[in-house]
Amino acid sequence: MRSTTEARAQASPPVRRRAARLPAFASRKSTIALGMTLPLILIIGVLVLYPAGYAFYLALLSKSMDRFVGLANFDFLFRRETFWMVVKQSVIFAVSAVLFKALIGFLVAHCVHNVPARGQRKWRGMLLVPWVIPPAMSTLAWLWLFDPSYSAFNWLIQHAGGEGVPWLGDPYWARFAVILVNVWVGAPFFMIMYLAALKSVPEQLYEAAAIDGANWWQKLWYVTLPMMRNIIAITALFSLIVTFANFDIVRVLTNGGPVDQTHVFATWAFKLGIEGNDIPLGACVSLFMVPILAIAAIFILRDINRRGTEA
Amino acid sequence: MARVTLRKVVKRYDETLAVRGIDLDILDKEFVVLVGPSGCGKSTTLRMIAGLEDITDGEIIIDGETVNDVPPKDRDIAMVFQNYALYPHMTVYENMSFGLRLRRAPKEEIRTRVQDAAAILGIGELLERKPKQLSGGQRQRVAMGRAIVRDPKVFLFDEPLSNLDAKLRVQMRTEIKRVHQKVRTTTIYVTHDQIEAMTLADRVVVMNGGVIEQVGTPDELYHAPATRFVAEFIGSPAMNLVPCHLVETSSGLGLHLDDNLVLPVPADRIRRYQPYAGKSLLFGLRPEYMVERRVHTGPHQFDFEVLLEVIEPMGMDTFVHFLVNGMDVCARVNASAGARAGQRFTLCADLDHLHLIEHDSGKVL
Repeated sequence: MRSTTEARAQASPPVRRRAARLPAFASRKSTIALGMTLPLILIIGVLVLYPAGYAFYLALLSKSMDRFVGLANFDFLFRRETFWMVVKQSVIFAVSAVLFKALIGFLVAHCVHNVPARGQRKWRGMLLVPWVIPPAMSTLAWLWLFDPSYSAFNWLIQHAGGEGVPWLGDPYWARFAVILVNVWVGAPFFMIMYLAALKSVPEQLYEAAAIDGANWWQKLWYVTLPMMRNIIAITALFSLIVTFANFDIVRVLTNGGPVDQTHVFATWAFKLGIEGNDIPLGACVSLFMVPILAIAAIFILRDINRRGTEA
Repeated sequence: MARVTLRKVVKRYDETLAVRGIDLDILDKEFVVLVGPSGCGKSTTLRMIAGLEDITDGEIIIDGETVNDVPPKDRDIAMVFQNYALYPHMTVYENMSFGLRLRRAPKEEIRTRVQDAAAILGIGELLERKPKQLSGGQRQRVAMGRAIVRDPKVFLFDEPLSNLDAKLRVQMRTEIKRVHQKVRTTTIYVTHDQIEAMTLADRVVVMNGGVIEQVGTPDELYHAPATRFVAEFIGSPAMNLVPCHLVETSSGLGLHLDDNLVLPVPADRIRRYQPYAGKSLLFGLRPEYMVERRVHTGPHQFDFEVLLEVIEPMGMDTFVHFLVNGMDVCARVNASAGARAGQRFTLCADLDHLHLIEHDSGKVL
């Protein structure tokens, strides 16, 4: 009698375990976590991974897209001078634009921060306008401002006794113009991010610093900047990515000219791929943004991680 | 170390007067506590001394120098804030040495001073940590350390213990007192907690509505309050205040509290209170001067019977509540006196400690 019950007891658990396996699997923490992140994984897969993979696949095809040519497109690009000029051009464009956006944003954020609360909303709203207007439209207005014969800028310069500047005709002035418009569009974003960061620094830290003997400059250097470091880094990274991939401003303002001197990756990829009917080569160019941005992102994010959440 | 003097100091924010012309003289090495309810102007006064707020009118003198227009960094003061205000991105060592580094003190000197201060506060092993890795009490110590390291003329404390839990608050209170006894720097301390004020201060400044109600040692404030506000504010549980009539009796003066209770005024006070005979006043007596009936030890003890409403055993003593003329009155009786709610009980009041307060002026007579 005893032996049969024992045998039954020993035999039954595996059966029960097998029956309970499915609900147990469903209620495991990792399963729930996977289920909850699945929509995001799907979105990233469809909207990021698939296009990226497809671009990479395209880059390995011949111009007529009927033949697999391996890395021949890359090899071709490396041996073209224009490619290296576009690389240099994109880096100069992105780095200098982000730098000036950050500087101007920081200065303006400080000014707005010191405006009494009542007037502050108005100023904040007005200063955000360049960022809110679709860049393609505002760039059109800039295009007219830069017109060599009828523009407001040259009119002013000529009335001041100077000589008109070929804003978009001269390579250096054209680069300057593209960067200027990009800074004009993007600086308000920095301003609003920095303003939020400034507001989150507790007033008492400044009071403590004042009592410790810090002057205006030392408060900025030892309190404000360290407290804003993470925001500054993230904003810069975000802006670097967006600026690097900029298309509309260059396209509307100079269309890469004069003589390809103002092309960045996106516009040149468009020119080669869509206008030049060589989609694999265009895809190949656009892929070059990835490693450059990835290196920048790794450095900036590692720094943020290392500091953690100090506040 | 220095003397701090306030002369007719006024602070006005737009339409409101936060501080209404206060005079105060704080001696060298003294520990002075500004205490009062929120909005009484105590923090504003401290911040004016620190230089964080402008002075609308009057004069503040630190160590013989008028500092009205001197910025905080040149006043040679150190301040401990309510929420510590430690720099979150700096280690404890960097936090404590920040003031000295800004003043370009030699590195070796900074190290010795930080280590000395850390030793006084027992935070030597925390020097490499960041503030977020510290507990509330440790942060409080670091904030104090930052003040001590500077060796300033004056320490200012702005409600430094209000963010700590009750147990830690008592511990840190003792700590602050110990540190002051060691470094002997003139200290001005702001709190709304009268127990903190009483336990820490050499002298307490009671403020209310932007004016100073009374300045005195804790003992003076407790036993000889100058105004009704001070009488009610200092002491826990608060002083009992009951409306009364000062009446002439066959043996002198009596305090008519209600029809069943007339207390005789002690003989040595009759001359003092005589001018107020016939007037309606407030009678004040602290709970500890009403106890269970005992053998009288003084000439002015008076027995009376009450109906107990509520009993609050505190362990060592028991607070008993009863009504006099509709007002709740509290007495402090021995735990073994057998007081029970709903019971008639005989209490003995020590009238040597009574206070009479004028209704209109709030002055203690």
